[in-house]
Amino acid sequence: MALELDSITVRYGQTAAVSDVSLSVADGEIVALLGPSGCGKSTLLRTIAGLEKPSSGAVRWDSADLDGVPVHRREFGLVFQDGQLFPHRSVAGNVAFGLRMRAVDREERDKRVLSLLELVGLEGYADRRVTQLSGGEQQRVALARALAPSPRLLLLDEPLSALDRALREQLAVDLARLLREAATTALVVTHDHDEAFTLADRVAIMSRGRIVQVGPPAEVWSSPVDVETAKFLGCNKFVPGSFVGLDSGRVGLRATALRVDPSGPLEGIVLERVHRRDHVRLLVEIDGEEYEAVGPMTEVGDRVRLEIDLDGVARIG
Amino acid sequence: MGRTVAQARAGLISARSGWSAAALLPLAFLGLFFAWPVLAIVSLGLREGGVVVALVSGETWELVGFTLGQAAASTLVAVVAGLPVAFVLARCRLRGLGVIRAAVMVPFVLPTVVVGLAFRTFWPDGGVLPIVLANAFFNVAVVARTVGGLWAHTDRRAEDAARALGASRPRAFLSVVLPALAPAIGSAAAVVFLFCATSFGVVLVLGGSRYRTLETEIYLRTVELFDLSGAAALSLLQFTAVLAVLVLGGVARRRRETALSLRGREELARRPSGGEWYVVFAAFAVVAALLTPVVGLITRSLSTRDGWSFAGYAALATRGDRGTLAVTGLDAAVNSVRTAFDATVVALVVGVFSAVVLIGLRRSGGRIAEVLDTALMLPLGVSAVTVGFGYLVTMDALPGDFRTSPLLVPLAQALVVTPLIVRMVLPVLRAVDERLRQAAATLGASPLRVWREVDLPLAGRSLAAAAGFGYVVALGEFGATSFLARPDAPTLPVVIARLMSRPGELNSQMAYAACALLMVVTVGCVLLIERLRVPSSGEF
Repeated sequence: MALELDSITVRYGQTAAVSDVSLSVADGEIVALLGPSGCGKSTLLRTIAGLEKPSSGAVRWDSADLDGVPVHRREFGLVFQDGQLFPHRSVAGNVAFGLRMRAVDREERDKRVLSLLELVGLEGYADRRVTQLSGGEQQRVALARALAPSPRLLLLDEPLSALDRALREQLAVDLARLLREAATTALVVTHDHDEAFTLADRVAIMSRGRIVQVGPPAEVWSSPVDVETAKFLGCNKFVPGSFVGLDSGRVGLRATALRVDPSGPLEGIVLERVHRRDHVRLLVEIDGEEYEAVGPMTEVGDRVRLEIDLDGVARIG
Repeated sequence: MGRTVAQARAGLISARSGWSAAALLPLAFLGLFFAWPVLAIVSLGLREGGVVVALVSGETWELVGFTLGQAAASTLVAVVAGLPVAFVLARCRLRGLGVIRAAVMVPFVLPTVVVGLAFRTFWPDGGVLPIVLANAFFNVAVVARTVGGLWAHTDRRAEDAARALGASRPRAFLSVVLPALAPAIGSAAAVVFLFCATSFGVVLVLGGSRYRTLETEIYLRTVELFDLSGAAALSLLQFTAVLAVLVLGGVARRRRETALSLRGREELARRPSGGEWYVVFAAFAVVAALLTPVVGLITRSLSTRDGWSFAGYAALATRGDRGTLAVTGLDAAVNSVRTAFDATVVALVVGVFSAVVLIGLRRSGGRIAEVLDTALMLPLGVSAVTVGFGYLVTMDALPGDFRTSPLLVPLAQALVVTPLIVRMVLPVLRAVDERLRQAAATLGASPLRVWREVDLPLAGRSLAAAAGFGYVVALGEFGATSFLARPDAPTLPVVIARLMSRPGELNSQMAYAACALLMVVTVGCVLLIERLRVPSSGEF
C-alpha cells in the first residue's frame, strides 16, 4: 500500500475534526473522500499533506512513518479549491515552480512545462499572466503545477467546486482521463457525489469526522451503509423493500426510482412540478404519502401511473 | 504506533515557542536601545527626589491639560479635514487623483522643524492656533489613508439599501456609512492623538517657552534648567498616558483589522454626482490648505529684504553668519543623507523581522504577539528627548563608549522609524494568502524558500515603499537627533534649528533655504513611494 492512514485523530481543543480514521490508497489508485461540508475531510487531507499535525495516529508512505517529515519534503502535490496560483508568476512560471525547487535544469524544466500544459489542454498559454485566466483555466494550471514535479501522491481539495456547473462536469471528465493517463495516485476531497463517482476507483464516505463506508463507486451508490449516507447520496424517501418488489429490509428511493409510465404498477396524483435542466421532476401523492418522481410533462392534479426503476433504488446496509 | 495527544500538543507548543524565541530578538533590541535608556532617565529622576513635588504642583497639571487639550483639538481638526479627502480617494474617479494622493502624504513626512518654520511665515509670533493647525496639518494623511482604505472596501449597496428604505443622503451617511467606518476613524484618531500629544519640533518652534506641552517641557527642564527629577516625573506621566492611548488604540486596531478582514472586494470608484461635489470641493480646499505652508516656505526662502534672491541657498556652502555652525550646510546635508540611510537599514531589518514574527505568533496563537505589538509602538509615544538623553547616560556602558559611535544617531532614528515600517509592512504580509505559502511548501519549498519565493515578491513593492518612507522620516527626525548629534556632525534639521535660534538675516535666510531643500528631497521621495505603493494597503 502506498499511502496508509492508521487511526488518525485530529483534535482542535476539545472537538475532534477527524476521529480514528484508517484508510489506504494503493499505488496508482484514485480514492475520493466524499462527505458534507464540515465532516473533516479537508482536515484529513491537510493532515496527510503535513499542514496539520494529527493528535494521534500515523500517516505512512510505503510503510515509513511521515511524522516529522515537513510539508516540503513529502513530495505530495496539493491542488486547492481556488487554484492559489502565484500571482507574480506567469503560467509557465507557476508550472515550473516545483521543478525549480527540485533543481531540475532549465532545458528539462521547459520541456516538462510544455508537455504538462499540453496535457491539461493549455498549449500556447505559457507566457500568459495567471490573473488573465478564467476559473477553469486557472484550475488546469494548478493541476499542471501540482503534477509537474511528479508527486508520489496528488491531493485534490474540492478541485472543481469553485467552477460553474457546466464547466465542472466537463472538467471532471477531463480530470479523470488526465489522472489515469498520468497514472497518478490521488486522493480527492469533495462534497459533490457526481465528481467523486466520476473520478474515483474507490469512494470513502465521511461523516462527522469518521469514515462510515469505503467501496467501489457502484457498490456505495447502490447499497449505502445507513440512512444518513443514503440521504447524502440523493435518496429522499425510505420505504420497505416490498414497495419496489424487493425482499430486502429497507430501501431508499431517489427521484429517478419512480417514472411516469402508463403501464406502471403504481398510481398517484401530481402535487407539484419542477423543471430541472434535463428532466421534469414531480411530487406525487401515492396512498396518502408524498414521493418524488421523474417524468414527461404532466399538469398538477393529473392522475398518473408510475413505473419503478431499480437503478434509482438503494438498498440500505 | 499512535502518537499521544501530549506529543501533538508538544509539537504545537514547540512551533509557538520557536516564534516566541524569535520575538525575543526585536524585544532585546527594544530593551537595549529603548527601555534601558528611558528607565535610566526615569530612575535618575526618582533617585534625586522631587517627583512627588512635581506631580502635585498645579503647574504640572496645567501642562497636562494644555498637552491633552491641544492634542484633542488637533485630532478633531485632522479628522474633520481628513474625511472628505478619504471619501475622494476611496470613492471618486477624477483626473489628477494621483496628485491629491501624493499631496496629502507630503505633510506627514515633512520634518517638524520645517513645518514649524513654515507656519511661522504666517504666524511670526506662534501661538495656540498655529500649534493646533500645524499638528493637524501633519496628520490629515493618517486619517485620509486609514479611513479611505476601509471606505474603498465598504459595500456601496448598504448605503443604497438605506436610501431605498427612505433615508436621505445625510441620514444614510450618518446611520450606515459612518458606523461602518467607525473602527477606522477610531484607530486613526488614536494614532493622531498620540502623535499630537508627543509632537516636539512644532510646539517648540511655534510655542517657544510660552506654550509648553509635556514633551517640550521635558526638553526645556533637561537642557536648560537641569531639573532632572522634574523631567523624570513628566516623562513618567507622559509614558503612562501614552500606554493608555496605545492600549485603547490596540482595541480599536483589532476591531479595524476584523472589519478589514470582513471587507468585500474593492468598490469601483465613479464620478462624483450631485451633492458629492460639495465633498469634493471640501477635499480640494483641504489639499490647497495643506500646500499653502509648503508654497509659503519656498517663497520665503527666495525673498530677501532686497527682493528675490538665491542668497540663502548660496549661503548653504558656508558656516552661516559669524560661524554659527561648526560645519557648512552642505556637510550637514551629506551627513543627514548618510545617517538616514543607516537608520533605514537598521529599521528595515528590525521592522520586517518583527512583522514576520508577529504574523507567525498570531498564527500559532501566542499571547506574546500582543506584547511585541505594543512594545513596537511604544517608541512612537515616548519623548524622543527622553530617549536621547537616556542614550547619553547609558550608552557609555556598552563596549567602546557607544556615545561617540557614529551609529548612535542612526540607532535613535531607527527607533522612531521601526514602528512605522511595521505598520506599513504587516498588513501587506498578512494579506498574503496562507494557502499560497502552503502551495509553495507542497511543491518542495522550505520555509525560507517560501519567504523568498512568495512573501518577498508579493510584498516587495510595499517593502521598498516602507523603506523610502522610513528614510524620509529619519531624514527629518529632530527630537532625539538634536540631543545626540555631535556639533561637528549635525543633521539638516539640527542645523535649521540652530540657525533660527541665532540672529542675523543671513542665518534665517539660510535656514529657510535648508528647509526648502529638505522639503524638495522629501517630496521627491514621497512621489517615488506613491508609484511603488500597492493601492490602499498599510496604515499610513
